[in-house]
Amino acid sequence: MAEIRNFTMNFGPQHPAAHGVLRLVLEMDGEVIQKADPHVGLLHRGTEKLAESKPYNQSIGYMDRLDYVSMMCNEHAYVLAIEKLLGITPPIRAQYIRVMFDEITRILNHLMWLGAHGLDIGAMTVFLYAFREREDLMDCYEAVSGTRMHATYYRPGGVYRDLPASMPQYQQSQWRGKKDAQRLNDRRSGTLLDFIENFTGRFPACIDEYETLLTDNRIWKQRTVNIGVVSPERALQLGFTGPMLRGSGVEWDLRKKQPYEVYEQMDFDIPVGVSGDCYDRYLVRMAELRQSTRIIEQCVRWLKVNPGPVMIDDRKVRPPSREEMKGDMESLIHHFKLMTEGYCVPAGETYAAVEAPKGELGVYLVSDGANKPYRLKVRAPGFAHLSALDEMVRGHMLADVVAVIGTQDIVFGEIDR
Amino acid sequence: MQGIRNFIKTYLLLDMFQGLWVTLKNMFRPKITINYPEEKTPQSARFRGLHALRRYPNGEERCIACKLCEAVCPALAITIESDVSNDGTRRTTRYDIDLFKCIYCGFCEEACPVDAIVETRLHEYHMEERGENIMSKDKLLAIGDRYEAMIAQDRAADAPYR
Repeated sequence: MAEIRNFTMNFGPQHPAAHGVLRLVLEMDGEVIQKADPHVGLLHRGTEKLAESKPYNQSIGYMDRLDYVSMMCNEHAYVLAIEKLLGITPPIRAQYIRVMFDEITRILNHLMWLGAHGLDIGAMTVFLYAFREREDLMDCYEAVSGTRMHATYYRPGGVYRDLPASMPQYQQSQWRGKKDAQRLNDRRSGTLLDFIENFTGRFPACIDEYETLLTDNRIWKQRTVNIGVVSPERALQLGFTGPMLRGSGVEWDLRKKQPYEVYEQMDFDIPVGVSGDCYDRYLVRMAELRQSTRIIEQCVRWLKVNPGPVMIDDRKVRPPSREEMKGDMESLIHHFKLMTEGYCVPAGETYAAVEAPKGELGVYLVSDGANKPYRLKVRAPGFAHLSALDEMVRGHMLADVVAVIGTQDIVFGEIDR
Repeated sequence: MQGIRNFIKTYLLLDMFQGLWVTLKNMFRPKITINYPEEKTPQSARFRGLHALRRYPNGEERCIACKLCEAVCPALAITIESDVSNDGTRRTTRYDIDLFKCIYCGFCEEACPVDAIVETRLHEYHMEERGENIMSKDKLLAIGDRYEAMIAQDRAADAPYR
């Protein structure tokens, strides 16, 4: 009798379901996975090393590009670490803006995840609907920072600019009459905050739509229920964070357990799963969308009635305003000093973490007192999740690997850094 | 009882029809797509796209070759050489931006003390040959001249926030 051997198969890095550049070497027995070996590093750009050669502020833009679907959360972790070492606190309005944009980022990320995950395991429509809502949030990003993705908006000591008082409008065109343009501009007539408030008003109905499409759908359930089950004990041992951990039933959320910025004043719940399979993690993320909407609502309410500075008033950290810089010699000197040399951060080390949409995104920062970090280490949630991929897919079918990759919400920007 | 309900639900394909109802409803909703090249989505005045070098209204170049943008650029995309010009002022002899290196963070615009280098809202540009990614001083000034009205309007709109 011929010797029967396991079959080794390459999955990715060009596979459309591999979410970027994941390369998996799968050892298969027929269609059952015996072993999955993720190969990482194909998107390694050396962000951590790069940060060592630049003044602190100049690396903010590179933090956006870590987890490139939850941009501002990455910036937040980095900026928090610098603020911790400098010993400064941003003004309260800046904290609210940060919390609001963190939650907008969470919705952006979860919508991207929902669309991609759905597409991976056979649901086309929800992708289109998710991107429809994403577009509005991208407009919010653009309105404050000028870019739809890589914002570079958070700065140590606050945020770069205050929220704009008007939104850009649709123009009349040969395809779009006055009435039609008016309809599109309806929600854009007020300030950015009005636009966001309008969004939070209609978004819960959108979530209901996604849920109608997926939650009870038998195909969706067949693909996700009892796939990639992780017990709560094992999830903790594997270093899971975020929805991956909460899906297994562990109530852990840095926004509650270790509140940063103004999360203490926010009223929201931590959704947890029961069985720790792909379906529960899906439910947890859907519930998180609703909770994020709640937080944004509260932030908008506060921000509308509380104007104020959005940047700390410390000339050694923040550059002066344009007007001051042009009219005053002292300010011009500060401007030149901050733009070339930056600021020096007291020697020491710190770890700052935020609850990014994918889990705990932490930045470990060592300073030797210079204007550049001595060492920067990013704790990426996706890395811990991907390490557990082998355990999660063992004994499952090949098609389930795609479901597990989807449920882990893998983004290679942060894993390979 | 629950069992019977589930049985009926399963065989009536209720979950499927609910989903199909959602898609059907969406078919009759107003479209959210636009006819792209003819019409465009609204753009914020803060948009950071292609760079431009500006001039003063009297036609004099704004840039004084202080090299702050070169120093602040995280991607090292800007290269500047300077000299004293005929009228005795300090001017750039070379001002190159490598668009492949640029990460469009907007720091150059933030740093510029004379509002010379700006990031405009232009984002639909392309290159056909190798080397076209380097925006020379002439090209940047030409963009600035051509779109000065738009650039000035955007700066004015955003001035209260900076």
